[in-house]
Amino acid sequence: MIPASFDYVRPSSLDEALETLRDQGEDAKVLAGGQSLLPLLRLRLAYPGTLVDVGRVKELRGVADRGDHILIGAMTTHYDIVTSPIVREHCPLVALATATVADPAVRHRGTLGGSLAHADPAGDLPAVARALDMEFVVRSADGERVIPAADFFLDYLETALDPGEILTGIRVPKLGPGWGFHYEKFHRTAQAWAIVGVAAAVRRSNGTIEEARVALTNMGPTPVRATAVEEAVRGAELGAGGVLRAAASRADEDTHPPADLHARPDYRRHLARVLTHRALLAAAGTT
Amino acid sequence: MPRISVTVDGIRYDEEVEPRLLLVHLLRDRLGKTGTPIGCDTSNCGACTVLLDGRSAKSCSVLAVQADGCDIVTIEGLSTGGTWHPMQRAFHEEHALQCGYCTPGMIMAAIDLLHDDPDPSEESVREGLEGNLCRCTGYCTIVRAVRRGAREMSQKQEGAATS
Repeated sequence: MIPASFDYVRPSSLDEALETLRDQGEDAKVLAGGQSLLPLLRLRLAYPGTLVDVGRVKELRGVADRGDHILIGAMTTHYDIVTSPIVREHCPLVALATATVADPAVRHRGTLGGSLAHADPAGDLPAVARALDMEFVVRSADGERVIPAADFFLDYLETALDPGEILTGIRVPKLGPGWGFHYEKFHRTAQAWAIVGVAAAVRRSNGTIEEARVALTNMGPTPVRATAVEEAVRGAELGAGGVLRAAASRADEDTHPPADLHARPDYRRHLARVLTHRALLAAAGTT
Repeated sequence: MPRISVTVDGIRYDEEVEPRLLLVHLLRDRLGKTGTPIGCDTSNCGACTVLLDGRSAKSCSVLAVQADGCDIVTIEGLSTGGTWHPMQRAFHEEHALQCGYCTPGMIMAAIDLLHDDPDPSEESVREGLEGNLCRCTGYCTIVRAVRRGAREMSQKQEGAATS
């Protein structure tokens, strides 16, 4: 399958990329690593007039420690994130979940910014962004703004990015000591999208769970926080039988899981409950 | 049309390409590198895996223009002077193929894996090749071949270091 024709521009700086986007308007699409976009083009599910390839914009790559958070350049590849000592030390959930994205060849080229801007609810990283309350740094020719993860994902493959904007970096807050993490995914093969995924972060202290953050992959058109679970698990004593299971049984509240070839909504609800229980157990360090 | 310059299996090519031309089509249709097959065409199967600037990439999911200035190695570039690469030999000796369609991608992915893990365990091989599908032999002989190839490659390097 061959994509429909398009024009191709490869800016060497962010400013040049932003100017191109401003001039091209809605007809332009940013090409990051291409691991989601190229399949869409080949399947003729997208027809951009111009691709703006930011693959050579060096300022969009790399991981930096910024004190209370780390800043990940939008064009940093999954491979570079998984192997980054800064990410592994301060934001291990990002490394854990990224290591499950597709397969090594895809992780060499796919990028964090590309995955988030693509906003596929079956992608793994949007849920991680919600769980960790990441902030998205966005630039246009007119300036910069910061969008919280909670406001970024609007609908299926739809984000708060305006046509002239590029996601340049992602701020990931450091959660500090006492937290445990896990990403639990159910899928058929490495390359297949998650049928359901659960990102969990749990803060433990003196045998109890003080705080938990749980976000769900592919349980609706956008990644969602399982707030009912987060509330139910707060203050739970670790080791008390069934507490985590009971909390996890509320994982599918207020979700709108899709129906597709792989699962019906009721099966996804079941998966969300089971996988949330597993993710909580692992994040709390009790498995 | 954009003009690109790529090095493929050690030879530099200057080509004019349509932006929508996929790297795998450049390799096969323009440069005659038909050793790299097209499998699923949806980046699932890994048959078209090549090394792009030293790391594995699925050439059906890269535009030829994106590879401008890059160094590409295909299965055809592995042998030197008529001698097979140790990983090719290991696949042959362990009978790690039946129809052979997935083999070029398997071998390229295996060589990539050894960058990060020169002596991979069985589990590491299975994870490292998770992006490559075989639909006839099963994976047991492939895993054996990759581990054998890895041993032979490290022995060869040791030999080169001591000679």
